[in-house]
This record gives sequence, structure tokens and C-alpha cells, in this order.
Amino acid sequence: MIQHSGNLELTTPGDREIVMRRTFDAPRRLVFDAYTKPELVRQWLGVFDGHSMSECEIDLRVGGRYHYVWTLKDGTRMGLGGVFREIVVPERIVSTEKFDEPWYGDQEALDTVTFDESNGRTTLTISVLAPSKEARDMMLKSGMADGVTAGYDQLDKILESLQAEVKR
Amino acid sequence: MTRTERLDSTFAALSDPTRRAILARLALGEATVTELAEPFEMSQPAISKHLKVLELAGLISRGRDAQRRPCKLEAAPLEEANKWLERYREFWEGSFKRLDALLEEMKKKETRRKR
Repeated sequence: MIQHSGNLELTTPGDREIVMRRTFDAPRRLVFDAYTKPELVRQWLGVFDGHSMSECEIDLRVGGRYHYVWTLKDGTRMGLGGVFREIVVPERIVSTEKFDEPWYGDQEALDTVTFDESNGRTTLTISVLAPSKEARDMMLKSGMADGVTAGYDQLDKILESLQAEVKR
Repeated sequence: MTRTERLDSTFAALSDPTRRAILARLALGEATVTELAEPFEMSQPAISKHLKVLELAGLISRGRDAQRRPCKLEAAPLEEANKWLERYREFWEGSFKRLDALLEEMKKKETRRKR
């Protein structure tokens, strides 16, 4: 199951996995920097529509920790962090991931991020492996569950026509 | 049903293309099983099975009229499911758009430095 929305591609290769793929018009060392340097990360990750990143710590070495805290536009605090397991500059990062709020118990997800460069453009692939199918579905509730994203466009249309119906 | 269970049943009901098509049809107005079965080239019992799933998920309701029992779309669970999907998609799309802009800035700075 694949969905292209804009040029963001979402797939669910297995019960526990979510994969996102997006191409950027920049060489991968820049994309890698933007992904790993706190002063750059806090300029883009989850920073839009009135949400801001209030804390960003990244200790980029195997065994090092990272921790992000967002302040959402309604004032809610949302924290996420983990430990780096593998780092290949500027190609690949493997890390654990866990929300500060125990949404799916005390279990961690495993993230694998790869940066592939071709003709000066970089394809960023983020794979999130949840500890269980339940945890994955819980994490997203569940944007990526089988068939759901495929149904998304359809759902959009349904809601649009519903809104049109209401206005009439 | 808890909120989580309700969402689970909504997503499960939406995972089937025929059921999504039925919902799209019902978004245009009420319909009977016979009317729904027609465009799908499916038997009425097959359609009835899908309707049962949609009804259990609270996505549709059936009329009282014993003969016709027209189906009607119920919007609330769809809107709740949509909110979850929207949130996740928006997070990454919003972030990546910002990253596009940041990378442009980074490239410009680099070109300037090289001069």
C-alpha cells in the first residue's frame, strides 16, 4: 500500500513498520546536517502552524541521547527522545524512539533513517519499527494501518461532500 | 466502546474498497440495499455483509422501515478517524516544507562562502 501526498510517500511494509520517503533538492550532507544539528532541527521538525520546538538536544554518537520537546499551538507539551544505536555520516542513523508520555506503555520504537543522494538530490527514508502492531497503531491511531491511507483520499472526498451537504 | 476501540472499528471498516465506495455513495444521500448492490455488481447478501460491518462501526445507520431499511451515512466517526490521519500527515508534510526552505537557505550560504 502506497500513498503519495504531495511528494511524501507513506508505506506500511509489515504489521509493525511505517516507512516515509521524501526527496529534497539538496545534497545529502546538507540534509544530514539539517537532520542532526540542534540549531537546524529546531527550525523545521514539527515547527509549523503555530507549533514550536522548545527543547532540542542531540548527542550524535553511538550510545548518545537525543530529546525533543514541542510546544503545540494549544500550549500542550509533547516530548520525544531516544538513544543512537548506529551512525554513518552522512548516510544512515539508527536510533530508539519513545514519547515522554507513555502512549503505548514503556516500549520503544526503532527508527532507521537513510540519506540517498542522486544528481544532487537527496531521498530521505524514515522507517519506524514499532515494538508491536498494537503499539504502531496506537502511535498513529493509525494513519498507516493497512488500507487506511489508501482510503484517505476517499475519506477526504466523503467529508468534502458532507460539508457541502451541510452548507446546502 | 472506548474511544480507541471505536477508532479501531472505524479504521477496520474503512480498510475495504467496497465499503469505502458504499460510504462515498451514501455521502450523496440515503440508499436501500438494492440501490447499493446495483453499481457494485454484487449480490445483495454480499452488500448486506459490508453494511453490517459499517453499521457496527457506527459509520451508517439503517432506517426503521422494515421493507426498505434505507442506509444513511453517520459523519461523526468518520470525522474522528479523519482527525487522527490528518494530524500525522500534517506533522510530516508541514515539517518537510520547512526543511525544503531551510535547505535552500543552507545552499545559498554555501555558495556565498565558496565565492
